[in-house]
Amino acid sequence: MKRRSLLLAAGAFAAASALPATHHAAIAATPADTLVIATAIDDIVSLDPAEIFEFSGGDAANNLYDTLVTFDPNALSKGFQPGLAESWSISNDGRTYTFKMRKGVTFTSGNPVTAHDAEFSLRRAVALKKTPSFILTQFGFNADTVMDQIKAVDADTLVITTDKKYAQSFLLNCLTATIGSIVDKKTAMAHEKDGDFGYEWLKTNTAGSGAYTLHSWKANESYVLNANPSYWRGAPSMKRVFVRHIQESATQRLLLEKGDIDVARNLSTDDIAAIAGNKDLRVDEDLRGRIMYISLNQKDERFANPKVREAFKWLVNYEGMANSFLKGQYVVHQAFLPLTYLGELKEKPYTLNVAKAKALLAEAGYGNGMEVTIQVRNASERLEIAQSLQNIWSQAGITAKIESGTAKQILGEYRARKHSIYLGAWGPDYPDPHTNADTFAHNPDNADEAKLTGKLAWRNAWDMPEMTKQTSAAVEENDTATRATMYVDIQREHQKTSPFVVMLQKIEQTGLRANVKGFVTGSAISSVYYWTVTK
Amino acid sequence: MATVSDDVRARRAISPFSRSFWLSLLRLLASLAVTFVGLLFITFLIGRVMPIDPVLAVVGDKASDEIYQAARLAMGLDQPLAVQFAYYLGDVVRGDLGTSLLTANPVAEDIARVFPATLELATLATIFGVLFGVPAGVIAAVNQGRWPDQVVRVFGLFGYSMPVFWLGLIGLMVFYGVLGWVAGPGRLDIFFEDVVPQVTGVILFDSLIAGEFEVFRNALGHIILPASVLGYYSLAYISRMTRSFMLDQLSQEYVTTARVKGMSELRVVWLHALGNVMVPLITVIALSYANLLEGSVLTETVFAWPGIGFYITNALLSADMSAVLGGTIVVGMVFIGLNLLSDLLYRIVDPRAR
Repeated sequence: MKRRSLLLAAGAFAAASALPATHHAAIAATPADTLVIATAIDDIVSLDPAEIFEFSGGDAANNLYDTLVTFDPNALSKGFQPGLAESWSISNDGRTYTFKMRKGVTFTSGNPVTAHDAEFSLRRAVALKKTPSFILTQFGFNADTVMDQIKAVDADTLVITTDKKYAQSFLLNCLTATIGSIVDKKTAMAHEKDGDFGYEWLKTNTAGSGAYTLHSWKANESYVLNANPSYWRGAPSMKRVFVRHIQESATQRLLLEKGDIDVARNLSTDDIAAIAGNKDLRVDEDLRGRIMYISLNQKDERFANPKVREAFKWLVNYEGMANSFLKGQYVVHQAFLPLTYLGELKEKPYTLNVAKAKALLAEAGYGNGMEVTIQVRNASERLEIAQSLQNIWSQAGITAKIESGTAKQILGEYRARKHSIYLGAWGPDYPDPHTNADTFAHNPDNADEAKLTGKLAWRNAWDMPEMTKQTSAAVEENDTATRATMYVDIQREHQKTSPFVVMLQKIEQTGLRANVKGFVTGSAISSVYYWTVTK
Repeated sequence: MATVSDDVRARRAISPFSRSFWLSLLRLLASLAVTFVGLLFITFLIGRVMPIDPVLAVVGDKASDEIYQAARLAMGLDQPLAVQFAYYLGDVVRGDLGTSLLTANPVAEDIARVFPATLELATLATIFGVLFGVPAGVIAAVNQGRWPDQVVRVFGLFGYSMPVFWLGLIGLMVFYGVLGWVAGPGRLDIFFEDVVPQVTGVILFDSLIAGEFEVFRNALGHIILPASVLGYYSLAYISRMTRSFMLDQLSQEYVTTARVKGMSELRVVWLHALGNVMVPLITVIALSYANLLEGSVLTETVFAWPGIGFYITNALLSADMSAVLGGTIVVGMVFIGLNLLSDLLYRIVDPRAR
């Protein structure tokens, strides 16, 4: 009898086993005119170029919008080039920039791109006062003066007047940033609500002249772009671009190996190593602008001691990290300007030297060590770096507690100057040296009430009036060679005296199918380009 | 002797429109409303006292203080907690769940997109869990202590103790990577996206409604693996519970009586004993289903499945409270709904409860 019940149950199992027998016909490759990318896009909170300030949003905007000044993706090292502005001239006093618009360019709506659109877009970005607006307002524009300072003289001519003289390249570089995107005025204003310049609508829609138009965006899921066949730099070869939110490196790798995607942008060191021998795949490496650093809060008197600050610079296993768990993902870099930037400093004076650090600590009166806390985001590579530091520091008698949390938790404390030692990353906001100099080496008012929360020097309560002056002078210097030397000098001093220990610069490793050509990540100065891709 | 008025009263008592019916319905609705407000308030409070700054989620790390303060004002975060909650409740009553900070979409719209994805997955997983778990539990109970019992135990324990995350990845590597039997992560191949209009949000239904069988096949190919992985997990639980309920029943006197009367073992086990196990089993299945409907963040991450678990977790980590609370309402409704449903099923399978 029992045998019978067993048989019956076995029958039930067999019947149910037949259920998942749906055979999936494996797709060998994506279509020749379609690009499929797996990456993490959960940082996109808006598609309005006046608001976009995160990596993935910048990537999308770089393909949906154009700027007056732009880059040639095939020659990024040549620096800024004419974009929607065909040419420009600068007045003798260095304050007035006159841009001539490129003729015959249209938005994807069909409307022509004119100086009135450029005027609208830049004024709008100033008036909306979103986070990246400082990239424009640092030239002295504000809601009251912007009407006079940014003006379309006629459909072909835009005139921008800054509050004082700056290095010419500074304004031009800033106009290449996402916030400099030119929006179709007619389309945006057709969707205006309560004087918002179409902001609510543009958060989830686009009105640009870029190589692509937005087909759909599903937050945390995907976005899909359609090619703009009349793009002024030539119709893109990829007619459709699918960008899928896939966080897991292992999942991205499987999809890439199977040919279901063309590009995987977040592969871990292990997965990169695993696909290295696969002849159907390729790994591209590209130096990005992101810098990994630790900073010591100067409100803590122990860290205010210059000897202690120096000791920490000898207590990092720079090469050890770059050659082990961060292999291929970071290079050792010890200055605040990313490599490839104007004024880059390649010198790496510090190595791991526990004995030297111990001597410095003893001289400072901390021969018996100290207890510190490292505040860090709970992202895997950062936690690994924190653990490496914790390990090395213990050899010098420093007991470090690691406090990890979500980005918003940790950043809240950092911005309120309540941290002890912060371990984090900083990415440049626009391709001019002032972007990082302004945050790492400029602090005009160290008072708590000043609330200069955007500046890292202020967050770490580092008061350095002399260096602040030098940074202000460098951004006004018009001779490029002199300007570069000024930044080198500032960085040398910064390396020696600052409470920042710059450790590493990011390398992006992209996994691609072997037939994908021309995928440009934008290096340290720009974002990704889809319209250059061919298969 | 029955009077006319007695008769009328008796008829009223059974009429669905009687006063007592309306009263009990009102009582039920009132208790539901109180439960909901309490649930929302606690979630709201937890979200607000967490050391996470929702303003930073919107303006980003680099915002100046001026921009930060302006955003904080715009989000109403300068108001006392009670006032913020009252505003929120007012909006909910008007049917407005607010706008998500992270996705810039109305929360109701987001949930209408992510919940069907989870619903589809959880339902298939539960069907899988019940189809395999109940027979496995019965076999284990009938063969207590012998090898079939051990096999079910080991198989079940494996499913229960293996991290779903790991199981998912291994499943993907084997069935998608090596064998190519199933489709990869995601709900559909990208080329099928937006092919069928959204009616229910459940792609398996929507594709059939639109008559797009190719899309249906593709969706099935995508869902089968994550549903099996989640289903394996619920199978393990359901089979263990079935086994212990069955053991309890098989030692009852009515089973012995039935056997003595010469009834076939098949009838004794599968009809009489299993029939009596149904009541507690329904609760177990409903709870396991409800758990799956909350969303399984890890499974959703591995399979790039845009479900409600991932949505709520992401929102919680950024203190995107409108999204978190919207999700809480949905999950709360699922639990209450399933409770009511299992109550109803009791009445059907157990005459004493009628």
